[in-house]
Amino acid sequence: MNAKPITIPDPVIEFRSVTYRVPPANGHALVSDISLAVHPGETLVLLGRSGGGKTTVLKLINRLLLPSAGHVLVEGRPTSGWDPIRLRRGIGYVIQEAGLFPHFTVAENIGLVPGLEKWDAPRIAARVEELLRLVGLAPAKFAARRPRELSGGQRQRVGVARALAADPPILLMDEPFGALDPVTRAELQREFSALARRLGKTIVFVTHDLGEALLLASRIALLEAGRIVAVGSPQEFLHIDHPEVQAFAASFATYRPTPPGASS
Amino acid sequence: MTTWSFFVEHHAEILDTTLEHLTLVVIAMAFAILIGVPLGMFVVHRPALRRLSLGIASILQTIPSLALFGFLIPIPFIGGIGRRTAIVALVLYALLPILRNTYVGLTGIDPAVLEAAEAMGMTNVQILWRVRFPLALAVILAGIRTATVITIGIATISAAIGAGGLGTFIFRGVAMVSDAVILAGAIPAALLAILADFLLGLLERRLRVS
Repeated sequence: MNAKPITIPDPVIEFRSVTYRVPPANGHALVSDISLAVHPGETLVLLGRSGGGKTTVLKLINRLLLPSAGHVLVEGRPTSGWDPIRLRRGIGYVIQEAGLFPHFTVAENIGLVPGLEKWDAPRIAARVEELLRLVGLAPAKFAARRPRELSGGQRQRVGVARALAADPPILLMDEPFGALDPVTRAELQREFSALARRLGKTIVFVTHDLGEALLLASRIALLEAGRIVAVGSPQEFLHIDHPEVQAFAASFATYRPTPPGASS
Repeated sequence: MTTWSFFVEHHAEILDTTLEHLTLVVIAMAFAILIGVPLGMFVVHRPALRRLSLGIASILQTIPSLALFGFLIPIPFIGGIGRRTAIVALVLYALLPILRNTYVGLTGIDPAVLEAAEAMGMTNVQILWRVRFPLALAVILAGIRTATVITIGIATISAAIGAGGLGTFIFRGVAMVSDAVILAGAIPAALLAILADFLLGLLERRLRVS
């Protein structure tokens, strides 16, 4: 046995028995005893009903929240030991409705973090153009527009471009396509799925849409009332014997039309 | 003597007095903005101080203006007879709308935008100057507009403590029981207020970001 041991890469993000309560001492737990590792390049989808604690888990990663108990480690270091500004500059964040700055143009929105990181102007301009192309928006047409002059889908594309601007290794996405009409949503999901594979970022993606989870995830973690109740790859997930998994599976099946000729 | 002939005869004096009135208002508003806007920015993240400052500004606003001018006269340095006292009183009145709108403007911003700003690694100072302040500007300006119109009106009373301005005509007209003399103060004051409201309204609409 002189073969090298198989090296499992260190997780980029790790939750060790994390609980988050408001108020911290004895309050209601939004997230209870979560342990979870996210590995480099993987897309972990946090699936669950509204109010299940998905967004709280995301905010614990970029230190918008600090755990009441346990540790959240990013690149091996607890978030409580990170300078929050440094930590967040290395983590892209995309939210529903994009949260674009309405007083900035598209180019200014995307170039904000590179600007904060003191990139020079030509480098920022080149990066903005590159990113607009990456998310499928023609720079000449969109760079000078304001967010209010964009459709919902275009805003969300800009949101993704902005999150990628300073090339962060980690991307957090909180129902980024949740407010879009179904056709645009499917379009963006497909494009993003291809983009994610190409970029090789470590992604944590929050959704309550099982279809979206199955499409985008390398692994799905199901949250119920602040606890992780099931984890599995998209292939395994639907076979997990847990009532909440089956509840999601059942709601998903509702949308499938009955095949013609099938007896009811 | 008709009102019209009084206006024609005294047009130079009316114009001078109007300018004097305007100077009073501009100086008072400059101080009120220089105090109110930074104070509003300062109290955004300090709830106790915010309640205190808004409380004091609200109480000041309830004091009848003639009484406030009277109260200020015996106070050393800021008091006495004349323009300085009037300006202090006008600043105190203008403070509430400016302070309140600054605070409301800075805090009434789409939470998703603020969350995105924080999550992108902007510091509180960067968020204040680059996100909150530009987005609050239209609301702050609305406060300045309200304050300016109020100040133009109240400044007529400052003539009672020898600060000059269009109130001089009004008080004189009351004493002389002459409508023409009262109107020589009241009409320019009203026109100033309408004009200021209109111009600041234009600016406010230009700054509004939807």
